[in-house]
Formats: sequence, structure tokens, C-alpha cells
Amino acid sequence: MTQTSHAGDEAPAIHADGLAVGYRGEDGSASTVLADVALTVGRGEFLTILGPSGCGKSTLLRAVADLLPPLAGSLSVLGGSAEAARLRREVAFVFQEATLLPWQTVRRNVELPLRVGRGAVTRPVEGDADAWLSLVGLSGLGERYPDQLSGGQRQRVAIARALFCNPSVLLMDEPFGALDEITRDRLNDELLAIWRRTGTTILFVTHSIMEAVYLGGRVMVLAAHPGRVQEIVDLAPLKDSEGRSSREAPETIAVMAHLRALLAKGAVAA
Amino acid sequence: MKTVPAPRLRAVLSPLLGALSILLVWQFLMPALGVPAYILPTPLAVAQKFADEWRFLLENALPTIVESLAGFFLGNGVAVLLAVVFVMSRTLREAYFPVVLVFNTIPILALAPIIILIFGLGMLPKVIIAAVICFFPTLVNMVRGLNMASSNEMELMHVLSASRREVLVHLRLPRSVPLLFASLRIAATSSVIGAIVGEWIGANQGLGALIIQSTFNYQSDRLFAAVLLASALGLLYYAIVAAVEHRLVRRPG
Repeated sequence: MTQTSHAGDEAPAIHADGLAVGYRGEDGSASTVLADVALTVGRGEFLTILGPSGCGKSTLLRAVADLLPPLAGSLSVLGGSAEAARLRREVAFVFQEATLLPWQTVRRNVELPLRVGRGAVTRPVEGDADAWLSLVGLSGLGERYPDQLSGGQRQRVAIARALFCNPSVLLMDEPFGALDEITRDRLNDELLAIWRRTGTTILFVTHSIMEAVYLGGRVMVLAAHPGRVQEIVDLAPLKDSEGRSSREAPETIAVMAHLRALLAKGAVAA
Repeated sequence: MKTVPAPRLRAVLSPLLGALSILLVWQFLMPALGVPAYILPTPLAVAQKFADEWRFLLENALPTIVESLAGFFLGNGVAVLLAVVFVMSRTLREAYFPVVLVFNTIPILALAPIIILIFGLGMLPKVIIAAVICFFPTLVNMVRGLNMASSNEMELMHVLSASRREVLVHLRLPRSVPLLFASLRIAATSSVIGAIVGEWIGANQGLGALIIQSTFNYQSDRLFAAVLLASALGLLYYAIVAAVEHRLVRRPG
């Protein structure tokens, strides 16, 4: 048996068992959005999460980020509580909107993690803002303001800000959902490159079957009404050496058809 | 060939010409209609008064300037501090924000004599009346502005483990700046109103006192000069606030 004091280093990135997530009203009443989640995500894994509206995809990410307490079951992040992981700043979040502070330059936005959490967080940030900006393809734009950037560039800044925290787990909630398809494809490739380079565990919520298959090592399909896990599909057979799935290969087409059928089934009440 | 005036020039010229036309009508039509000069002096008579009595007028403007400026900073300062307290403490907000809002329904003209009664006839009661007038719009706007951060922004701060103080400094306060300046623009002119209202009720110098005295003495040219000066004061404050905002707040684009 391993010593418990070292369990944190060996523990999976995410481990959930019988987990229920949702919202608790002020009177203490709970409304469950997604129930009975059993999931283990290994370190360095890229898991995509696919599901119809209202299935609780975002709610699950928010529980991992300690934005919502679990309603039932167990959830451990890097071997401890979600709160402990947040306080060590090992979890970073990229929202659908870039959520940049419009009154600050791009560089100051990336450096936001330096200015907040000073009392709580002791773990150092990684590298400097300019290095991360150049990794996401924005070198030289540090002095610009967010409203001078395109939607895709703003989302890159949000990713640079998240990576600046040097997270072990990166949570992404439909980060490219509002972008045009060409920009989205390019950012998908860049995200895969960043993932291979940093070894960060990524949980990536999306509406797009193509995106889920292209990026993920596994894809978790959720169903709605009530929110539940339908199936976790292993995508390893589709992957090339870069971690991508071919968009045209017959195997990919077959997996996508399977996922589409699952989604159609999961969108109606069970 | 005629040159077409640029839109900017036109935007400046049009209101100037409009004002000039009204002044011309006032100058020549009102006396022709038999309106006596002690009721309505002509623009030129008012201008003459400025030339003759500029020292006397400025002497009276000085206390009004001091009172309105002090009231401006006191009222807005307390409003911003109280807004921060209300946003940081739910208990205090729930207990006192409604009380403050009800207090706001008392007309300032009804409140002014009470303030004079308490604080006497010096400058202090005028400062307080000016401060009270500035206080409410800024308090309400600041409480709103401090709560304008989006839920995404609040969640971002939570994920970064920001403390409540850090959220205030790095998110809530910068978010509230546009609304703060909106209320400072209002306060720029209302602080002058407050000082003058205070001087009406009990003062022997200041533009407000001058307005009351010249009204009762049928010195309408002096009355108009004092009113114009008060208006110019509000405009000057407004311009200063706008200039400070222009320097501090970056325009999009």
C-alpha cells in the first residue's frame, strides 16, 4: 500500500463516484442537474464532454472548479477536495466568453493571477506573460486592449491567462463556441499542441461532435432530462501521433455517427 | 466657390447662432414691447453690469465656489465610501440602504432650514446642503456600479481564489468608474444649486444671497449677472469632471 501522504502525487486528476451536481437554493433545497457520475480522468488526459442543452456539462465543470459544491457522492481533484485544488491554483477555467477586463491591456489581463489570490495562493505562476502570449500566437499584442482584438484573439488571451497559472487541470467550457469555423479549427490545432507541450489534463465541454472527436482522447456523452452519463467512448484508435483524429477517415465517420445517435437519444426524456 | 463648413464647425456654430438670435430678440423686442428694465434688463445692460461690478460679483462668487467644491467632495466621498460598505456588508446594506433611500424623499428645500438651524449661519451648513444634494445620485449609482461585474467575471475571480478585497479593488471598483462619472457630472451642477439654496436661507454674501437681495431691491441687472455667474460655475465644474473622465477612462476602439 502506498503512504497516504504521497497519495496526492499518484492520484488521478479527477475521480468522481456517485457524484450529483446542481444548485442549492437559499432555503437549502437542492435541484440536481446531473446525477450519478462515475468518472476517472488520468493525469494528462484530454477528455471532451458532449451533450444536449440542459444535461449539466457546464455544471460538472463548475463543480470541479469549486464554483458549486457537490450535492451527493464523492469528487476528488488531484487526490483532494476541489477547494484544496483551487486554493493551490491547480485548476484553471476558460469560459465561453473570454472574460477579459476591458480596462486593462492584454498583458495585464494575462497577469491577473499575480494580482489576486495573494493571501490564499502560495504556488508560483509559470513563466512570464509574454512567453504565454507568444505560445498562443499573440506575441507583440501585449499592449493592445481587449476591444482591439478579434473574438479568436480574445479567447487566446483567456487561454494564456489560464496557462499562466500553471494548472494541472484545465477546464474549458465551450471556449470556441462563439467563433467561426476556420478560427475554431485553427485554435483546435493550437490547443492540441499546447496540451502535448504542457501535459495538462484538459476537460473540454463542446456542442460540436466534430470538435469532441478531433480533440478528445475520450469523449463523455451526457443525456438530459434528467442529466446523466450515457457513455464514455474511447477515441484512442482514431488518434495520430499529434493526438488528432482524422476528420475524413471512415473510422472517425463511424464514431461520429454513433455519437450523433447517442445525442439524439439523450436529448429526449428517458 | 463656397467652402462647405465641416460638420464639427457646424456643430459649434449652430448653437452659437441660435443663442445670438435669442439675445438679439431679447435686446430689441422686449424694450419695444414695453417690458420695463427693472423686470427684464437687456443683455447689454447685464454685460455692462459685469464690467462695472466684476470685483463685487467675484467677491460674492468666492464663498459659493468654496461651499460648492467642499460639498462636492464631501458628498461624493461619503457616497462612494458608503456604497463600498453596502456592497461589502449585506447586513449593513439591508439595515440602512432603505433608510437612506427614504431619507432621500425629503425635498432639499425642506431639509435646508433644518440644516441651517443645526449648523448655524456660517459656511458649514451650505457645504452640508451641497453635499446632501450630491450624495444620493452618487450613492445609488455606485451601489449599482459596484454590482455590475458579470457572473463570469465573479466566477473567474473565485477560481483565482481572489479575496473579497481583491474583487473590490480589481473588479468592482474599475467596473463602477463609468457610472461614478455619470453621477459626478450630475453633482457638478447640483453642488452649485446646493450652495445657492443654502445661501438663500441664511447668508449675507455669496451668489445665493446676492440673488435674493437684488430680487427684493429690483436690481434686475445685478440679479441676472449673479444668475449667469452661477450657471457658468456649474458649467466649469462639469467641464472639469468631463476632462478628468477623458483622461482616466479609455474610450473603446
